[in-house]
Amino acid sequence: MSALAGQAAPQQSRRIETAPLIVLIVLAGTVAWLWWSGMAEEILVYSDDISYLVVQHLELVAWAGGLAILVAVPVGVVLSRPAFRLFSEAVMQVFNIGSTVPTLAILALSMTLLGIGTVPAVFGLWAATLLPIVRNTYAGLRAVPPHLVEAAIGMGMTPRQVLWRVELPNALFVIFGGIRTALAICVGSAPLVFLIGAGGLGELIFTGISLDELPMMMAGAIPTAMLAVLVDFILGQIQYYLVPRGINPLR
Amino acid sequence: MIRLENLTKHYGPAHDPLIAVDNVSLDLPTGEICVLLGPSGCGKTTTMKMINRLIQPTGGKVFINGKDTSTVDPIELRRSIGYVIQQIGLFPNKTIEENICVVPDLLGWDRRKSRDRAKELLELVGLQPDLFLKRYPKELSGGQQQRVGVLRALAADPPVMLMDEPFGAIDPINREVIQEEFLKMQREIRKTIIFVSHDLDEAVKMADKIAIFRSGKLEQYAAPDDLLARPANSFIEDFLGSDRALKRLRLVSVGDAMETDFITVLETDSVEHARARIRSSRSAAAFVLDAEGAPRSVLSEQVAEACSGTVGDHAEPVKSTVPITGDLRQAVSVMFAHDMPLLPCIDEAGRLAGVMSYRSIVHHLGHGGKA
Ligand SMILES: Nc1ncnc2c1ncn2[C@@H]1O[C@H](COP(=O)(O)OP(=O)(O)OP(=O)(O)O)[C@@H](O)[C@H]1O
Ligand SMILES: [Mg+2]
Repeated sequence: MSALAGQAAPQQSRRIETAPLIVLIVLAGTVAWLWWSGMAEEILVYSDDISYLVVQHLELVAWAGGLAILVAVPVGVVLSRPAFRLFSEAVMQVFNIGSTVPTLAILALSMTLLGIGTVPAVFGLWAATLLPIVRNTYAGLRAVPPHLVEAAIGMGMTPRQVLWRVELPNALFVIFGGIRTALAICVGSAPLVFLIGAGGLGELIFTGISLDELPMMMAGAIPTAMLAVLVDFILGQIQYYLVPRGINPLR
Repeated sequence: MIRLENLTKHYGPAHDPLIAVDNVSLDLPTGEICVLLGPSGCGKTTTMKMINRLIQPTGGKVFINGKDTSTVDPIELRRSIGYVIQQIGLFPNKTIEENICVVPDLLGWDRRKSRDRAKELLELVGLQPDLFLKRYPKELSGGQQQRVGVLRALAADPPVMLMDEPFGAIDPINREVIQEEFLKMQREIRKTIIFVSHDLDEAVKMADKIAIFRSGKLEQYAAPDDLLARPANSFIEDFLGSDRALKRLRLVSVGDAMETDFITVLETDSVEHARARIRSSRSAAAFVLDAEGAPRSVLSEQVAEACSGTVGDHAEPVKSTVPITGDLRQAVSVMFAHDMPLLPCIDEAGRLAGVMSYRSIVHHLGHGGKA
């Protein structure tokens, strides 16, 4: 049994490690093809725009993602506390329904409330990013075996120590999974914020579409795709090394 | 010393409560193991958890070394009591070292001191520290995890330990090994231990006192040998099983039950001389010893009555012996295996120290044991 499990783990981790690599290879292939076909030159005309917009794009994602993590994890923790158990399931139901609302709709609502510009954009992305993190934080904490909590209390930990030393570390892998999903959504949705006047790589994509300029659209689309893969890859690495070996199914 | 005084726990509505623990009182002297035993749902775990206040009693009091525990801060109280849960409960996010050091860390011990302690404890149960300290629980076998679970409870050297079926999640063979190991340790560390079990054999082996529960009530509280010899009522008799007399065999040491008025003769003695010696004693045979005093051969009463000549011509070689440190179960087993109605008992030096016969066993059990 244990020998089998020991073999399964590295295999699984290799599979997970190779997934983003394959995507990178596909992307590199696309870039190479563009180069060979001559379109690359047409795209590179926009290189100044690209480097400016990538930074803007990442700033939006960083603000929305960072604020979402800061808010969602504590909310998930609070909802998982015994005192809130009674209505936490109901709140989670509302959240689950909320997470089916398309990001575009959220941005539209956000614009209705806050007008156009960076603030409503960050707010809209933040709202779309929030839910998976809350859900995974809550689920991860609820999934910590009750006997671990009981052992911790029985050994004389205060409730805060139980949370920090036992519950959060043991839920960390699941919480991180939520953060990864959420940031993938965030990066992928970020081009939409151009529609409410916050710039980002969406500027090239949507302008390219409306002007029927394929190279311009590609100049927005390719970096967007690469950023999405890169962010997920980096988060994956962080998850792999940050979550201790004892509770990390990947290692 | 642990003292429970009318300890009671009710669950559910006050007008129609489920009585999980009903007016339990008992005293456990310092350094002894009390096993709480009884069928499922009889209130063992509830009783135990009221001692470290994981469960708030409905009524009654718990005293540890004379101090009413309800007057102590529960966090402080729990840090001073070793706690082993049935599911082992090692923290999977912590290494073995960190797991063992949980309570020392909570108590703010110097880091070096607590890490040294972890090392020392692992060595105590034969787990190499350099191999195990940095491992995670999932990288240990079930038996190893169970050992670490007990070590973790011992880490801060608490005078009192609560153990809820600590050796439950393990196969019977390894369980025996761990039990032996733990008893050996206990002989040195002398903790006062409340130990929950549903296994009578385990209870008989580990306990200084056994508390038998039924539906929340303490039915009998006695030393294992007492309990097996004198069950207080028919429920306990049924619970102990019809082979309870046999279970007692294990509790009596050979040295306590053997007869010491055995007869020795020389090989050169005449059979007539040996016969006269046997007749004038309660013994049914005479032993021939070698120069070191070890039993070499035996002349039984029947042979002595029927033969003549020298003892050396007729005595039969001794087929087996039992050490006086062994228990009666071992002795009986050897007697059955070799068809020996008289079994020589030898001391550490191998010298004949006594003789075990069926009569002495029956006599010992019939008299209700060493108490
Ligand atoms: N939180 C609770 N609420 C209501 N009833 C409970 C609760 N905890 C325990 N009980 C009841 O109290 C009784 C005693 O339970 P306890 O856990 O002490 O049994 P036990 O002797 O440890 O049994 P086992 O050998 O199965 O572990 C049982 O009838 C159980 O159903
Ligand atoms: Mg129990």
